[in-house]
Amino acid sequence: MTLIGDIVFWLFGAVAVLSGAAVFWVNSMARATYALAISFVAVGLQVLMLDQAYLGIIVILMMVMEMAVMAVYMIMFMGMNPALMPMSMVHDKRLSLSIAIVTFVLLAAGILLTAWPSGSPPPAEDVTVALGEALMGSKMLAMVVLSPVMVATIVAGVSLSLNRGRYDRYGEDLRRRNADDPQPGGVGR
Amino acid sequence: MTLELVLLIAAALFSVGLYGAISQQVVVMVMMGLELMLNGVILAAGAFWWFLSPEPTGQVLLLVIIAAMTVEMAMGFAVATLVHRVRGSDMTDNATELKG
Repeated sequence: MTLIGDIVFWLFGAVAVLSGAAVFWVNSMARATYALAISFVAVGLQVLMLDQAYLGIIVILMMVMEMAVMAVYMIMFMGMNPALMPMSMVHDKRLSLSIAIVTFVLLAAGILLTAWPSGSPPPAEDVTVALGEALMGSKMLAMVVLSPVMVATIVAGVSLSLNRGRYDRYGEDLRRRNADDPQPGGVGR
Repeated sequence: MTLELVLLIAAALFSVGLYGAISQQVVVMVMMGLELMLNGVILAAGAFWWFLSPEPTGQVLLLVIIAAMTVEMAMGFAVATLVHRVRGSDMTDNATELKG
């Protein structure tokens, strides 16, 4: 990486950390959402600069969408005003700060005291193609595991967020013949 | 640019996220803290791949971390919805019991 590339990389790093800190420093949740989005975009750009175009783009696109959803949730659960007005909802601020600082010091000590190997081989010609071939070949187990996890997440997410589940409709033992719905109807009901 | 310095940025992101995950009272803000922690892990994994072993295995690991982030987000939003429905707020202090 060139000197300019290095400077840009550090700039993104500083933006990522500072906007990450701003998430818990700004006084409204809407601003916190934007700050987190900026942090993720900065890290995504850093990943892009580390020659991982595919994953960098995924991080940026996914996180921008996620922050949009998060903003909707905040407004939905807290009302428009609390999400945009100054507020502070924290507990054990001093203890949390101490734990975070101690964690950083321990991690930094481990990073600086470890003798990292050097002289890695150059990356493949086309990193994205190499990733695709690995996922469809020797590393297929990762996709085989991730796929059912994603399906389970969808099912669990829907089950948790449902207003009225099958226990509400068919009773505690699920033995009610006809579902107890606020609006009766449907085939056989 | 060295591996150590990139890892220090990742450690800073992780620690900031940890502070948020511990200190915040709103479920969505706790999720933000967790995601900042995973943000740091993504950067660290990318740096390990770049500096130590630029093979597809490292990228697959990154993909798994991104998938974990997706699962965390989806389940977090679902739990926030459930807590809000049952307790009428999305504060963690109101969700200290698993009882509905």
